[in-house]
Amino acid sequence: MEQEHSTGSIKRITGPLVQASGMQGAKMYEVVKVSKEKLLGEIIELDGDVASIQVYEETGGIGPGEPVYRTGKTMSVELGPGLLESVYDGIQRPLKAIREQSNSHFITRGIEAHGIDRMKKWIFKPVAKMGDAVSEGDILGEVEETTLITHKIMVPFGVSGTLEEIKEGSFVVEDTVAAIKTANGNVPVSMIQYWPIRKPRPTKGKIFPDEPMITGGRSIDTFFPIVKGGAGCIPGPFGAGKTVTQQSIAKYCDAQVIVYIGCGERGNEMTEVLDEFPHLIDPNSGEPLMKRTILIANTSNMPVAAREASIYTGITIAEYYRDMGYSVALMADSTSRWAEAMREISGRMEEMPGEEGYPAYLASRTAEFYERAGSVICLGSDGRKGALTAIGAVSPPGGDLSEPVSQSTLRVTKCFWGLDGSLAYKKHFPSINWLSSYSLYVDNIKQYWRDHVANDYPEVRVSAMELLQNEAKLLEIVRLVGMEALSNEEKLTIEIARSIREDFLFQNAFDVDDAYTPPKTQYEILKSIMSVYREGLAAITSGEFEFSDFKALDTIKNLGTLKNIKTDAEFEAFRKKAHEEIAQLTVPA
Amino acid sequence: MPKIIQKEYKTVESITGPIMIVGSVEGVKYDEIVEVEVPGEKEPRMGKVLEVSEGRAVVQMFTPTTGSQIKDTKVRFRGETLKIGVSKDILGRIFTGGGKVLDGGSEIIPEKKINIGGAPINPFSRQYPNDFIQTGISAIDVMNTLVRGQKLPIFSGAGLPHNRLAAQIARQAKVTTGEEFAIVFATMGVTFEEAEYFKKEFEKTGALSRSVLFLNTAADPVVERVATPRFALTVAEYLAFERDMHVLVILTDMTNYAEALREISSARKEVPGRRGYPGYLYTDFSTIYERAGRIKGRNGTITQIPILTMPDDDKTHPIPDLTGYITEGQFIVSRELNTKGIYPPVDVQGSLSRLWSAGVGENKTRGDHAQLKDQLYASYAQGKETRELAVVLGESSLDETDKAHLKFADAYEQEFLRQDEYKERTIAESLDIGWKLLKLLPRESLKRVKPEMIEKYMA
Repeated sequence: MEQEHSTGSIKRITGPLVQASGMQGAKMYEVVKVSKEKLLGEIIELDGDVASIQVYEETGGIGPGEPVYRTGKTMSVELGPGLLESVYDGIQRPLKAIREQSNSHFITRGIEAHGIDRMKKWIFKPVAKMGDAVSEGDILGEVEETTLITHKIMVPFGVSGTLEEIKEGSFVVEDTVAAIKTANGNVPVSMIQYWPIRKPRPTKGKIFPDEPMITGGRSIDTFFPIVKGGAGCIPGPFGAGKTVTQQSIAKYCDAQVIVYIGCGERGNEMTEVLDEFPHLIDPNSGEPLMKRTILIANTSNMPVAAREASIYTGITIAEYYRDMGYSVALMADSTSRWAEAMREISGRMEEMPGEEGYPAYLASRTAEFYERAGSVICLGSDGRKGALTAIGAVSPPGGDLSEPVSQSTLRVTKCFWGLDGSLAYKKHFPSINWLSSYSLYVDNIKQYWRDHVANDYPEVRVSAMELLQNEAKLLEIVRLVGMEALSNEEKLTIEIARSIREDFLFQNAFDVDDAYTPPKTQYEILKSIMSVYREGLAAITSGEFEFSDFKALDTIKNLGTLKNIKTDAEFEAFRKKAHEEIAQLTVPA
Repeated sequence: MPKIIQKEYKTVESITGPIMIVGSVEGVKYDEIVEVEVPGEKEPRMGKVLEVSEGRAVVQMFTPTTGSQIKDTKVRFRGETLKIGVSKDILGRIFTGGGKVLDGGSEIIPEKKINIGGAPINPFSRQYPNDFIQTGISAIDVMNTLVRGQKLPIFSGAGLPHNRLAAQIARQAKVTTGEEFAIVFATMGVTFEEAEYFKKEFEKTGALSRSVLFLNTAADPVVERVATPRFALTVAEYLAFERDMHVLVILTDMTNYAEALREISSARKEVPGRRGYPGYLYTDFSTIYERAGRIKGRNGTITQIPILTMPDDDKTHPIPDLTGYITEGQFIVSRELNTKGIYPPVDVQGSLSRLWSAGVGENKTRGDHAQLKDQLYASYAQGKETRELAVVLGESSLDETDKAHLKFADAYEQEFLRQDEYKERTIAESLDIGWKLLKLLPRESLKRVKPEMIEKYMA
């Protein structure tokens, strides 16, 4: 393949950036192999016959005059059965294959490895029949990739015609399983496809997302929900729990496929995911979480250019599963490291810097990335729907959100879970700040809530949030003049708001029972707390009333046990008892 | 020394700070080592290639460029990257920050020579940290346990006793399972007195025999500092992954390291990021910190304690900030406790060991460790809150429980946190002090420890 294309020669090397001359006819984002060691790189700028190449491996020991081989292909990922349960580096090389080929525990360079195993056989079951008229995106057949996910083999993009031949049986991914007769002759179809990572995969169009993605996290699902096909961000200083929050969403959310990108983060964190996911059981299906997961691990000390690519590699794979009609969730931890990789490459190319040294195109690249999320009608004549939810962690320096990465992210994401360092310091987790966070998807899913959870769910949510707002104001006053200066009504507000914080929002991600709460239970807990407030309010404002009597009620003491309740009947019983106890308070002695 | 005849260049074009530009070069490779012979000097000065294009190489010097000249300076490209020779005899030795023998002993006869740049550990080959390192310091062992394979920095400030703390950790640290343990200690840009202090401490207490020291002082070349931690970690990797030792690497002071990096970056006229530090500071830090860890199938581990001084005690300054994003928690040295005369002044509430739970429990420390730690943390937090309250409202307004907590907070600082610099406490001793102090509190406020634990340890 390489002989077909001319080779260039290295002119200049500075870190991960290599410039080569003699590259006339090269394409932007074409993949090249640099030097005799064949280090993988990608063309990111063309000027006459000089190409600037970002190299995905260490460039030590490479010098001017060495060859640069062109491949003619743009940077692409391999798509087909075998993606699930894989662990890749930023450019879709399986980390396991790197270890086996290099026979080393360290990442060495010049290793070529296929993203998808070429030897493994899969059982292909045809869905379409010979003679069917098929077009791009139509499902030809199915492969049971894992016990959770049936992989759909689709007609490749740009192909349509009549199905001339379709096979059934056991094949490797490169075997031809079908042939389509098109206007330009017969096109053989195998189970593997290629797609350039920087180009969004096409769909028939986006649709308005109206179904929540349930994460089992109480502060997310109830207070700041995200939809299937939405985009959200988790900014926070270090130690606030970004990774724990991302990981718990990846573990418990009701998306069918998870793509988790560890982008420039800690090596031990990826190891933790690798150790944990094969053993953790998905609460929605009862199968190990790994069976629906694809990991992309490009830790902070791995080559910086591959970190830049890892985000695109991940989202292209996610789009591919979306195109099969699945609901996919993508986690990127952390997009700040991705932006820093862009900044580093941009600096080496001596581009004019924008804010804080970031390139001027930071905002547009961020927007392009999050716009690849969405709820869509997939290609194909069956009109199936798929959704891709993108959630990015942001690591703002010093926790200051005025910096460029946070700002360009906030402009394009509609869910903002602001992690608060001071809450983390007080060991309140998840440290999602209930006053500054927001979700713009609440209106999208109101109807869903009313139909599937409870008719008054939106209203209960709003009243609880109001209470927290009021609490914040009252606490200011308490700090100045002490608790005794407050009226009974205000004391009640503080008492109930405390309960919302400690008994509802506080959630232990490491406690198996607490980490996942179904929406109905979330509603019941909050509803119970709010009914204590409503009824308490009527009682304590009915005349002279000693607030400590109210605080002494069993009901108040038991608010903390609400999250252990499992059945509706128990919630009913709790509210009934609360009602009786509070009514008892105002009976004259 | 040179085996092959190397081409010499007399084509230095310019010198700016530590950066030298050499023209008309041929066959130069990125990242290779450069020897520069300045007229009238016996020893060549060393540098490395930062950028190379046809006929031109940008060289970063490890030594100052003072006295070097454009005319008659000879430049040789060595064709290899910076390496250090290692063997097991390296234990007990002292080197400069540039990897040269400093203790007057003989050169190391290398078993092998290793590139100091290191390579990233394949995440697939990593093993999650497990089991603990006993530092003999209660504030660390009980409250923020150090786990083998972890990277846990000390965030300090000017004038705080982080050096004494570092030396104490180096003296006392051990694994309780009886395997071999070694310390690799590297200083960057510390004063002569500090370097001497460390050297003396290691010699005096006999810790030197299981240690390797790399000393770069403030008087040594700035750019050498960029290589110092990499020499140290390369030796650590050799000891841990080829010699099956548990290695603790202490790096001080990362602030000086980052400043050296900034100096080079600015001499190269790079676009600066925050506060003038290069945009790749995070990536550069990660290539140091991420060299901690465990590897599947190897018995040794690398644990790192980098020390940094926060400019103006500001945790949001780029150096502590970017460090915190990579490391697994941090110890914070408290100015308040230090002023109170408490040593070691570890700010228990601000400090965090993210991996502590992997290092504690039955067979590692003791079954009561996790609960006791939670209880001490909660009670101390309550005690401190009460202390603030007492300042506003007066001590007379406190009830009995509050008073007990106030007393507990004081006792906790005086008896648990305070510890003699030369007194080592085993983990069991530290835990027992914790239980003793809990007796100051009413039983009903001990909600984090199970009743049977109370029976067992407080009877």
